[in-house]
Amino acid sequence: MAALDRVKVLVLGDSGVGKSSLVHLLCHNQVLGNPSWTVGCSVDVRIHDYKEGTPEEKTYYIELWDVGGSVGSATSVKSTRAVFYNLLNGIILVHDLTNKKSSQNLYRWSLEALNRDVTPTGVLVTNGDYDREQFGDNQIPLLVIGTKLDQIPETKRNEVLTRTAFLAEDFNAEEINLDCTNPRYLAAGSSNAVKLSRFFDKVIEKRYFLRDGNQIPGFSERKRFGGGMLKSLHYD
Amino acid sequence: MNFLIDSSIMFTSQVLFFGFGWLFFMRKLFKDYEVRQYVVQVIFSVTFAFSCTMFELIIFEILGVLNSSSRYFHWKLNLCVILLILVFMVPFYIGYFVVSNIRLLHRQKLLFACVVWLTFMYFFWKLGDPFPILSPKHGILSIEQLISRVGVIGVTLMALLSGFGAVNCPYTYMSYFLRNVTDADILALERRLLQTMDMIVSKKKRIAVAHRTMFQRGEVHNRPTGFWGMIKSVTTSVPGSENLSLIQQEVDALEELSRQLFLETADLHATKERIEYSKTFQGKYFNFLGYFFSIYCVWKIFMATINIVFDRVGKTDPVTRGIEITVNYLGIQFDVKFWSQHISFILVGIIIVTSIRGLLITLTKFFYAISSSKSSNVIVLLLAQIMGMYFVSSVLLIRMSMPPEYRTIITEVLGELQFNFYHRMPHPEQGEQRNPRSF
Repeated sequence: MAALDRVKVLVLGDSGVGKSSLVHLLCHNQVLGNPSWTVGCSVDVRIHDYKEGTPEEKTYYIELWDVGGSVGSATSVKSTRAVFYNLLNGIILVHDLTNKKSSQNLYRWSLEALNRDVTPTGVLVTNGDYDREQFGDNQIPLLVIGTKLDQIPETKRNEVLTRTAFLAEDFNAEEINLDCTNPRYLAAGSSNAVKLSRFFDKVIEKRYFLRDGNQIPGFSERKRFGGGMLKSLHYD
Repeated sequence: MNFLIDSSIMFTSQVLFFGFGWLFFMRKLFKDYEVRQYVVQVIFSVTFAFSCTMFELIIFEILGVLNSSSRYFHWKLNLCVILLILVFMVPFYIGYFVVSNIRLLHRQKLLFACVVWLTFMYFFWKLGDPFPILSPKHGILSIEQLISRVGVIGVTLMALLSGFGAVNCPYTYMSYFLRNVTDADILALERRLLQTMDMIVSKKKRIAVAHRTMFQRGEVHNRPTGFWGMIKSVTTSVPGSENLSLIQQEVDALEELSRQLFLETADLHATKERIEYSKTFQGKYFNFLGYFFSIYCVWKIFMATINIVFDRVGKTDPVTRGIEITVNYLGIQFDVKFWSQHISFILVGIIIVTSIRGLLITLTKFFYAISSSKSSNVIVLLLAQIMGMYFVSSVLLIRMSMPPEYRTIITEVLGELQFNFYHRMPHPEQGEQRNPRSF
């Protein structure tokens, strides 16, 4: 059983939005009792049945890499974080529904993970601006999750949900809104669970079944000193 | 009529300072968070505005702008308001926000906030006992009492900050302290980090697989809880679960290791950046400054120790001293009164501007380093408190840098404070470290 295939999914978002609670919920179906700050990166594993219910059903490991920190961290921290962005197959972007800034910061997060161009001194070259074209030819599946849904009063819910719908559209991704302290949002059979399942299926497909150049080459450390020629097409 | 004009000038300048504080808060401090409680922003801006107004009044004093009686009135007013804010409002709100973060006490927020505030007042009052500041002439709740305590806290704070700056600045800027970090070191450490993560992942996979097989077989394994559960688990034990808990312990240890490795790697990256920076022209300039400042700070500490041990107080201020030297030793004759006014204005102005700028920069860095989305309100209020106390005690200390004729207003307003006590402490404005990476 240990010889199952694996895919790597990053979980990104601002500090305090609930990534650790979310990952715990996804992997153990239980609520995390004592959330504390994540230093560095914490990994958890979820066993997923690809194409569940069909004859082609196969089980995969999904590694959820929960990277801590804030988008405005010092460059040294950003360079250290970049080590975790190698070989990724999918990204889950987490934002807090009660905090608009965390949604806006998602653009910067996705840029940091997708364009991890590093010059020889270890400084990230992106200027943080959102560019739709960069996302147009992006091959890595994205999923946007909004947390702390229970803290939004009923009256404001519509307005918040429309805003997040626009956000998800910008990323060309599905979106899920939930409360990490309540497992019923991801109960089997609910629309959220279906969306999640579809996302993981898409990630696995892109990794294992569509081999024509869709696997992002690993940005190994040696590339750092050889110059960022591979990704320099996106800038100027 | 004069009074009205003066008041309107003061009021406009206060509004300007308030606006500046508001902008600073929004653009710099809170740029990664969302402001949900506007009270915090208002308090911060108000504290900033009134502190700057005090400095403005000193400048007006030197330049002789505005009527002297209206200046006196505004001084008193300003002082009262600032003390009100620093002693009553900010501590109360700090208590309120701290309490609202703790889930247990959520219901009785106001009550517990009052309790916290009363504790603060008790310690604040007790602070005054060991120091020679109680004068029998004045009552208990007078301005002198409050200001003297605020002064003690503020001056200690300033001394601590400048001491910290004195040690930190050479360490940060001087290349003598930089270890040599090569890219190979960083690579090796990163490789170790990734290996540790891989080990964690493989162990977690084993645990997940074990849970899944148990679940599929229908043995939903519940940890024995409670008293009877403990006794039961002595006699019967599920072998699978023992294995699992062993693996779980290994995972915990590996996770701790991965955290340490991450922090070390971040540290190495930061050191490498500093090495790069020190090779640039700016870096070399600050390296030189670092040597200069460390010698200066050592000398200052030495002088302060001598002052305290031998119970000396500096008699004349630097401006008059400088003029004396030029007149007596260099034989240059000029109009003492005229020049002393302008020079003291410039000197005091520089001290004020650099200390405000230095403080704001330090506060911003501090805030970025330790705040999180839950504690941001509390930390900003703490910073506002520190800023207010710092500025109040700056006023006390600035008195020493001014020629005697300008000291009158401060002496008049603050009454019979034992200024000498405060003047023995090292001069933080002059030894304060300013971070040259400006915003």
